[in-house]
Amino acid sequence: MVTSTHANSRAHPEGEKQLKSRPVAAAVILVAGLGAILMGLALSVSVGAADIKLASVWEAVFRFNPQLPQHQVIRELRIPRALAGAVVGACFAVAGAIMQGMTRNPLADSGLLGLNAGASVGLALAFAFAPSLSFMYIMLYCFLGAAAASILVFGIGSLSHSGLTPLRLTLAGAAVSALLLAISQGIAILFHLSQDIAFWMAGGIGGTSWTQLGVMFPWVAGALVGSMMISRSITLLSLGKDVAAGLGQRTRLVQTTGILIVVVLAGAAVSAVGPIAFVGLIIPHITRFLVGVDYRWIIPCSAVLGSVLIVFADIAARLINAPYETPLGALIAVIGVPFFIYLASKRKGGLI
Amino acid sequence: MSRIQQSSVQKKRRPRDAAILSLLAVLIVFVFIISMNTGLIRLSPIEVLHTLLGEGSPQQKLILFDFRLPRIVISLLVGAGFAVAGCILQSLSRNALAEPSTLGINAGAGLAVLIFISFVPATTAAPIFMLPLLALAGAGLTAALIYFLAYRREDGLSPTRLILIGIAVGAGIYAIQLILSLRLDPQNYQFVATWLAGKIWGGDWRFVLALLPWILILLPFTFYKARVLNVLNLGEETPAGLGMAVERERILLMAAAVALAGSCVAVSGGIGFVGLIAPHLARRIVGPRHQILLPACTLTGALLLLTADTIGRWILQPSEIPTGIVVAILGAPYFLYLLARSKA
Repeated sequence: MVTSTHANSRAHPEGEKQLKSRPVAAAVILVAGLGAILMGLALSVSVGAADIKLASVWEAVFRFNPQLPQHQVIRELRIPRALAGAVVGACFAVAGAIMQGMTRNPLADSGLLGLNAGASVGLALAFAFAPSLSFMYIMLYCFLGAAAASILVFGIGSLSHSGLTPLRLTLAGAAVSALLLAISQGIAILFHLSQDIAFWMAGGIGGTSWTQLGVMFPWVAGALVGSMMISRSITLLSLGKDVAAGLGQRTRLVQTTGILIVVVLAGAAVSAVGPIAFVGLIIPHITRFLVGVDYRWIIPCSAVLGSVLIVFADIAARLINAPYETPLGALIAVIGVPFFIYLASKRKGGLI
Repeated sequence: MSRIQQSSVQKKRRPRDAAILSLLAVLIVFVFIISMNTGLIRLSPIEVLHTLLGEGSPQQKLILFDFRLPRIVISLLVGAGFAVAGCILQSLSRNALAEPSTLGINAGAGLAVLIFISFVPATTAAPIFMLPLLALAGAGLTAALIYFLAYRREDGLSPTRLILIGIAVGAGIYAIQLILSLRLDPQNYQFVATWLAGKIWGGDWRFVLALLPWILILLPFTFYKARVLNVLNLGEETPAGLGMAVERERILLMAAAVALAGSCVAVSGGIGFVGLIAPHLARRIVGPRHQILLPACTLTGALLLLTADTIGRWILQPSEIPTGIVVAILGAPYFLYLLARSKA
């Protein structure tokens, strides 16, 4: 299964020397971040094809009048959409944080390592063979797809002599992504699902419904709680597998739990909004930069910052080229690619 | 290895190499005949032969000469082009996993063509000779960008950095493609989606004509440079020690690879993995000398793509799987296998 890389990984540049964590900064991020999410949610509900005043948003929530179409729009379209953004932002970011911590791979992200593509295959299969399935089952298909992808990527990465170097993991992720995307494209073309799936692939949260949110919620909440429960162990793993084992940690158990959590988070998020990459890459890095190396702080702060990123990116996606919506996944990639290049070329020797 | 030793090895190898190349050519002819028989309307091998000799019915002539043959010729040319481009890139970067699609070059060429299609809607009436040029511009710009981002004064072109940055640039370009393609109307969208997935454009000799000059000029050029590639493959210091203008040769060969990949993308869309697999298979069969490796790549690539295209047309008739998807489904596992075997 997962083996950590050698000491040449750079997930934590100062990790070996000084184990700093900054709880105060983390507390500030949590409080300010939650405030920003609330503000973003309100803004997200009021911005769109039909501009709605914040006062009407307030009324629709607290003095709902089913006779008013505007209130209907707010309740049935805008609020679920805004909430979906917040939820999947947290999912992708925490999944990325756990993967980066466990594998000590600075380039880990559910999109880059093929998990999102795996979930896409699950979804394409569900659309093609059982179009009338409820969202609950579609999500389970996505879990299975993401799990298959993670087994492929980590299996290939660890089969080789020198273990899971960041380069090897990234290449395995790219190849598995290419393979799984080809399979889902093939399914889409054969079953004439191209357009449905393409819009969903582009990463759009416009169509999220209350039912979807309701189905997702218990899974996501469980996975997030689980990630907090293993956060201390991940801090130890991020120091190196040998260190963790030396300190008496049952590393295999922690890694298996971690992967299960990542699969649930990525699968649920992809099933709702499509394969949005790079959130899980960017947010944990920024968070580590701000709060230090303790995953008990990194995980909750990543969740909050991931929510902030997606909620505001979704608002931007609606404003940039109004009245058309810019695909959210593409928008995030435009931010994420330079970030990836910066990480990949930070040191002169490359990443091997 | 001294010069004398090398030449004696060459002498021993020559008959064997010739036999391997002929065997590949025979295989191509074999798949060619199967491919001529494959399609919605089935023709027996004898009917195909009759038609090729000019004795078929007008309908048979139409099917073979206007629909199947151009597509087969394009598959052969595109396969050869991608394979040689991949071989050059692998030798230049000394990275076994380098190829036009992992390095993002295919994506850049695709983006240029997509921009053209978005703004000049009538795709069939569009000046077809423009497309390879446009794709070339896109591929060239992308390659320049990747080179610029991956080059460091201290350690030159690190193979690792090159491929990571290629993956990243490819992802960015893919995002832009997505934004553009979703804004198309449904009809154009369907066309672009299958094209981006890597579909041979099919029944038109004009595409063959548009692609042929590029292949005819660039393949002999790279064959001519085979010795240079042998030397460049050795590393950074050795070629300079041998008095070679390393940077100039590298840029020339890189340009040839980019031009090959770009013009192939223009007629076939984003077909990845041919440029990866064909050179690996060829190297395994004939060894690392480029004088024989490059011709072997040409044939292996042509054979692979023709086979993939035939499979794509045959599996689920009458609907077709784009060739690029077939190649990816066959090629990605091979890539993973190479990755698992490789040493860091």
